[in-house]
Amino acid sequence: MAMKFEKTGDGTYMLDVCGYVCPHPQIYCKKSLEKMNEGDVVQVILDNPSSVETIAQMCDQVGHDILERKTEGGKIYVKIKKS
Amino acid sequence: MEEKRNQIWALIITGLMILISAMYYKVNVYYMYVVAYIWFGFAYGMMLQYGRFCFASASRDLFAAGVPRMAVGVLVALMFFSLIQASLASTNMSTFHPAPFGIHTLIAGLVFGMGMVLSGGCASGSLYKIGEGNMTSAVAAFFGLCIGQAIFVDVNWFNFMIPQSWMDAAADKVAKGFPPADKITSSFDYYLAGYVWDKPSIQLSHTKVFSSALPGITKYFIADALINTLIPAALLLTVIYYFFVRKGFLKKRAKQKGGQTGFGDELSGLWNMITASKRTTIMGVIIGIVAGLHIFVMKGLQLKYGVTNFGQILTRMDKAGDITLKAGEVSTKGTVFDPGYWYITSQEGQLGAWILEKFGWNMRDNLFFGVNNGLPEPLRNPALWMSIGIIFGAMVMARLNNEFKFKMPKGELWVWGLAGGLLMGWGSRPSLGCNIGAFFIRIAGGDPSGWLYGLGMVSGAFIGVKFFNWWSERKMAKEMEAF
Repeated sequence: MAMKFEKTGDGTYMLDVCGYVCPHPQIYCKKSLEKMNEGDVVQVILDNPSSVETIAQMCDQVGHDILERKTEGGKIYVKIKKS
Repeated sequence: MEEKRNQIWALIITGLMILISAMYYKVNVYYMYVVAYIWFGFAYGMMLQYGRFCFASASRDLFAAGVPRMAVGVLVALMFFSLIQASLASTNMSTFHPAPFGIHTLIAGLVFGMGMVLSGGCASGSLYKIGEGNMTSAVAAFFGLCIGQAIFVDVNWFNFMIPQSWMDAAADKVAKGFPPADKITSSFDYYLAGYVWDKPSIQLSHTKVFSSALPGITKYFIADALINTLIPAALLLTVIYYFFVRKGFLKKRAKQKGGQTGFGDELSGLWNMITASKRTTIMGVIIGIVAGLHIFVMKGLQLKYGVTNFGQILTRMDKAGDITLKAGEVSTKGTVFDPGYWYITSQEGQLGAWILEKFGWNMRDNLFFGVNNGLPEPLRNPALWMSIGIIFGAMVMARLNNEFKFKMPKGELWVWGLAGGLLMGWGSRPSLGCNIGAFFIRIAGGDPSGWLYGLGMVSGAFIGVKFFNWWSERKMAKEMEAF
């Protein structure tokens, strides 16, 4: 198991933290957003339900937009645009 | 399809719990005492999972991500629970007892706080996460809270840390007839008999100041609920708002209004913080109420059966020939661990000790199991059934929400689960409780030592978060080498 943070295009990133439990997904998500520029988008993939609540509230507080949030095949996909 | 399968699983698990309860009732009506623990555990598990209610998250997410969701939930639960506790105390229906007060509580909280951040969940959080299929939490609970805790109270490896004065104080007590000399064998025994037992226990309503100034039942509501819980919790909510939420909220509000913000906006900000995660806050309210109901039911059963501890029921059943108790199942005081309310770690230590005995380890030659808590067979250990209930309650809720996923720990998670679990196991013993028994229950019951444990827990969580920040920064830097 390894965390993956990849640049998938111009201003788009992918953070895969599947397999990780609290607090790793939220810490990696926060750090990824810190490394990105305003307007960049990251697709976060995780499978720890508790972390999603924290990530959603973190985005709400800071002002990042959650563009999409869906669950498929036991994995949770959260697309965040940095503001 | 997946949804249907999860619903079937939820039904099977609930049916199994009903079947177990019915079997207990059929064997002996006294086992309704165990059944009550099972179903309160089941309810806690469902609520914890639904609200993502983890005490580790309360301080960790605040420091790691600036998110107050869980801290708010815990404080709301405390406020409601304290009012129920006061009502129960005023009607003589409370099973609450305060704990020895001292610096040991702060130190234990510090160790526990670091452990809960490393393992990814507190003592109760680890159980509900096992119910979600998270096996890192199972590693923490089994190796740390069960085995690690049991070993901790039974070994003399820490005698080098025990001051001579504690040994002398323990020897004095033995010379006076209690505790029995053959039960003082471990470092933890010297700690208990030579230090902790001499510390004062404080419950605000029972202090001279409050009991003389507040006659009758008002002392429970004013001293225990208002002064020890409601005011500090409200102050903490305000502090959290000020440092973590205020700036962002007022910025947004000023943008919406196109101008200055005032005191009304501050109040809106505070309310917005409290209601930001409705599922957590609502569960905070319900958990507070259910934890109070739990005390009410256990006290009611104690009154019905004419006992103050389940050990007396076991002894009664043994004398009637209904069961055959083994030596040491019930402590030398005739008791087993039976808190009468929500508790997590002691019963897991008992399970660990029971397992270690199967490998030839004598776990009854110490004060913790031999004199204080007994070591009953798991099937007749009431508090252990509460923990099992939490796991299955959480599993049902996770299944119903399609959130159950069996996940074995891989790589570094083995290390974090093991190290965190051991720190939680060790950190819950000197304080005689964990985030539930030493923090949640005590504060709401009017015991200020709960806040001391909380301060330790938050400080430990801060250290844990600092460590994980450093660790994740290194990994992120490696990942970003490519771009």
